[in-house]
This record gives sequence, structure tokens and C-alpha cells, in this order.
Amino acid sequence: MDEAAIRQLSRRAAIFGGAALGLPLIGARATFAQSSVVDITKARTDPIPIAVPNFAGGSEEAQRLGQNIAGVIQTNLRNSGLFRPVDRAAYIQTAEAAAQTPRFQDWRVIGAQALTTGRAEVSGDRLRVEFRLWDVLPETQIQGTAFTAPAGNWRRIAHLISDVIYERLLGEKGYFDTRVVYVAETGPRDRRTRRLAIMDQDGENQRYLTDGSFAALTPRFHPNAQQIAFMSYARNEPRVYLFNLDSGRQEVLGTFAGMTLSPRFSPDGRSVVLSSTRGNDANIYIVDLGSRRERQLTSGGGLDVSPCYSPDGSQIVFNSDRGGDQQLYVMDAGGGGVRRISFGRGRYATPVWSPRGDLIAFTRIAGGQFAIGVMRPDGSGERILSEGWGMEGPTFAPNGRVMMYFRETPARDARGSGFSSRLASIDIAGFNERQIVTPTDASDPAWSPLLA
Amino acid sequence: MLNTKVMTAFAALALLAACQSSTADNAATGAGAAASTSAGPRPGSQEDLVANVGDRVFFDTDESSIRADQRSVLERQSAWLARYPQVTVQLEGHADERGTREYNLALGQRRANAARDVLVAGGTAGARISTISYGKDRPAALGSTEDAWAQNRRAVTVVR
Repeated sequence: MDEAAIRQLSRRAAIFGGAALGLPLIGARATFAQSSVVDITKARTDPIPIAVPNFAGGSEEAQRLGQNIAGVIQTNLRNSGLFRPVDRAAYIQTAEAAAQTPRFQDWRVIGAQALTTGRAEVSGDRLRVEFRLWDVLPETQIQGTAFTAPAGNWRRIAHLISDVIYERLLGEKGYFDTRVVYVAETGPRDRRTRRLAIMDQDGENQRYLTDGSFAALTPRFHPNAQQIAFMSYARNEPRVYLFNLDSGRQEVLGTFAGMTLSPRFSPDGRSVVLSSTRGNDANIYIVDLGSRRERQLTSGGGLDVSPCYSPDGSQIVFNSDRGGDQQLYVMDAGGGGVRRISFGRGRYATPVWSPRGDLIAFTRIAGGQFAIGVMRPDGSGERILSEGWGMEGPTFAPNGRVMMYFRETPARDARGSGFSSRLASIDIAGFNERQIVTPTDASDPAWSPLLA
Repeated sequence: MLNTKVMTAFAALALLAACQSSTADNAATGAGAAASTSAGPRPGSQEDLVANVGDRVFFDTDESSIRADQRSVLERQSAWLARYPQVTVQLEGHADERGTREYNLALGQRRANAARDVLVAGGTAGARISTISYGKDRPAALGSTEDAWAQNRRAVTVVR
């Protein structure tokens, strides 16, 4: 390693208390084969074979962290479905030697197209991780970066490195340095405890946000990832609340007389769009977070719920039964120009706009089956990604490439035995459906933006 | 589709759930049965309402209008409420599990309102009746059958 080559603080320094260093990108602009950039519009691509040997370490502690970090990176990449980590038993060169100087023919011969190497150093509580990404065939370095953080944050470093690898090899932002807030469910079906819980996107660092003394539903992240809007049954009055992740403070949003539900932040983070029931209708309102003024957007005569902004803030998609059964509608963010966009068989619900703006994901109920699908914002190009007895509530990863939702299995008997609700993720191309392991039953996942 | 590993995980959870829920009983029948001891339920109580009037009405799928065969339950509730003017009630609206959570919350509210409107039309002061929706999240019948869903599409009158 050429320590002299280390230069200037990177933008990531801010996250880790100003201690992160960026290595220059030696040959960064060079020659990673254009063909290995995945065209994400294609239904499926061959995963990129990549070798992720353990990061080397000077001490026992550093070695342990280096192993952990490489393990998390390898798992992240594998779980994306877009990478195929090479079997570690096939490695020829040792991790320690590769961290010094990769012997490219040793990695080429076992089928690796890309190679990551790294080194961890621990001094006191500080962990410093250098990592390099190599293109095996032309034998060039694609990226070199160093991260410094408290040793307890080693997972965060692993996720940041995973995102760098993803972005450099796939040509689009990753989604590993993110969290998911969801509803943790325990107890029998008729007396369930529903608590807000938060975890890293890979299911680690589980933490409860609410204590279960009241039911909490449908959490959603603010664009700064530090605030959550959700529905709370505190004081037996179901209302939309805000939850501040830094302070833990909760506050009711708005002065509505009836139930408020299905909140989502606007893309600029300055307001919340939600639904409020009144009489036999539910209508959509915007609450400005600065002035706390409420503005009614719909009065279409029906249940208008589940509003969600387009990422540019100009439009809102929502769910309404104004035409008889549940369908998806899009309107201008001011409330005008309402048009129906779903016309397929069955009922459509829980629309959510992709962060890329090009798709709207939804839940469809038809023929006794639930399904998760996507369509373009004008309603064309509908595709079903997954179908089953029960599933709903898609949420997009910040790069728009992966979705999470929850899947239910039916009760086998009159006591509710066998019923379960678990989180699952899927690539928007409709492959790589995976269960996200949580300690309890889970529902209503919401993916955070990238944290860095 | 899910791979076999995932399916195994789901199956294991199903087994766990089976153990946990073995103590669960049916809230609706349980309340009535527990109360009918020697002296009978206290007049004006929830147990009285359940045993002698009926505490709930049922709805058709995706509907919130009061069915003709359910209206008499609410009319009996109106008469019962007239007999106990100190009693206030909350109407809980519920939905079955075959809908999405957010829509079902709104649908449950609409069902609670529909039942309240009948009670008000029957002479009960609106101020004595509050409403709340639990959507699909508090089923009375715990199975995943047509019969269970029919029992769960309901508005329940609860003495406060």
C-alpha cells in the first residue's frame, strides 16, 4: 500500500467524526469492461463473480473485524442477486498476501472478475479500514478508499464499502447503508402487540422504538432519515404521529377530529400527506410541518387513502374506492387533475412511487390472491412480481432497484395456528425474492434513504 | 419464487405460532360465557348487552351498509341504551384480513359510523357514542376461512 497516496478527506468524513480518508482512485476512470455494467432495465443479468477475501489485520482484534467486514460485504453482494461471490475454498492466494499485492492470475483462474482486498487497523477505539476494488482481467484498481470510525461501527463501514462496490461495478447507487423501520408483531392474532422497530437493511442492529403500550402502524421515513411518521393508537385515538429518532420524542400531527392514517413525507421533507376520515369518507390532506397548516386535497366521495408523492413532488398517487372498488389514482400535488391509472383485474392498493420516478408499486387483490406489482405512472406496463395468499405494502430501496413488503401465511385452524407475517424483498425485475429475517413477526416495512 | 430455505423458515415459524396461540380463545364467545354465572350479568353492562341484546352486527365483503338482517340488532341496542341512559358506548369497526391494512382502517371507520347512524336514528344521543376503527388488526375469529372472515367484518358496541 502506498500510504503517501492517501489524500484529502472524503465527504464520508462527516459521518465518522471527520476521520475518514479517501484514497485516490488509482486508474479509477480506466478500464473496467463496459460489458460488465449491468443494464438494470433487462429482466435478469448474470451475477458478477467477485472474490471477497477477509480483510487483513495487524492484531488479533483487527483480524477479527477484517473478517467480519468481508463477511458482511460478501453477504450484501450475494443477497442483491447481482453478484456471485466465488467460493472461498477455491481461493489460491491468501487474504494477507492479496492485501499486499493481488496476484491476478490466482483470482482469474478461479473465475473472479472482480476482487476486493482490504486491511483493518485498530488503535484504541478507532477502526481504520482501507479497501481496494480490482478488475481482475485488465489487472487494474477501480477504487481505493479508507474509512475511519469507532470500532463499534464496523458494520456501517462494511455497508459503505458494499455500496462503493455496487456503484462502481453496476453504475448505479447501492442501498446497503440503509435502515428499515417496520412493525414488530407479537402475541395471539386477536391481541397482538405492535411496536415500531428499526434495523439495518440486512436485519442486524434490531431495536424497538415504541414500548407496545399502544399499537403502532405504517411507519415511514423522512427524507433525512431522522424522523418517522406513523399511525399510533395512543390514548385509544388513532392518529398520525411524528417520531424523532435522535430524541425519541413523539408528537401528534394535526388537529383532525377523526382518525388520521397512511402518512408519507413530501420529497422536500417539509410536509406530510395523509388521509383523514370524516363521516363516510376519507380524504387526503397535506400538513405543512413548519406552519402546521392543514390543506384538504380530495373530496371525491369515497375512501381516499395511502397517498404517496412522486419523487419530484409534482404529483400524488393514492388509493380510492370512489369508483366502486379500490383503484389507483394520480393527481397534481395541488389536488387537481385526478385520473385513474389502474384498470387490471381486481382491486389495487398501497401505491408507492419509485425513487427513480419511473414506476409505481402496488398491492393487487384478485381471485383470492394478493400480489405485489409495478406499473408506469400512466398505468401502462403492469407487471406482477410476486403473488401469494397474503402480501402487501411495498417499499422501495433508495436506488429503486429492490422492494421490500410483507408476506402472510394463512391460519390453519380456528385458533389462528400457522398464521405468520414476515418481511420479504425482491428485485424489481421479479427475481431474487428473499425473506428478511426478523426476531418476531413483522409488517409495514419502510426503507430509509441512504444514510451517508 | 422463494427458495426452499425460505420455505423452511416460514414452516418453522408456523410451528412456533401454533405453540403460542394454543391459549388464545375467542373473545366474542368468551366474554359472554364468563359472565353468565348464577346471578346473571349486571344490567347495563357489556355482559348484559352480549347476553341479552347482541353486541355486534356483520357486514358483507367490502360493504359498510347495514344489512337488512342486522338492523334489528342495532334497534335492540337502541332500546337497551334508552333503558340505561348513563351508559356510553364505543363502536368498533373491523374488517376481515382479505384487504390491505390502510384501506381496511378506513373501511372499519365507515362501518362503525354506519352502525352509529342507526343508533342515533333510533334515539340515542350522538354524544353517548364514540367510534374507532381497528381495520383488520383485531380479528374476533382467528381462522383464515370464509366463515372467519364473515365474523370479522363487524361493528361491535362496547360499553365504556
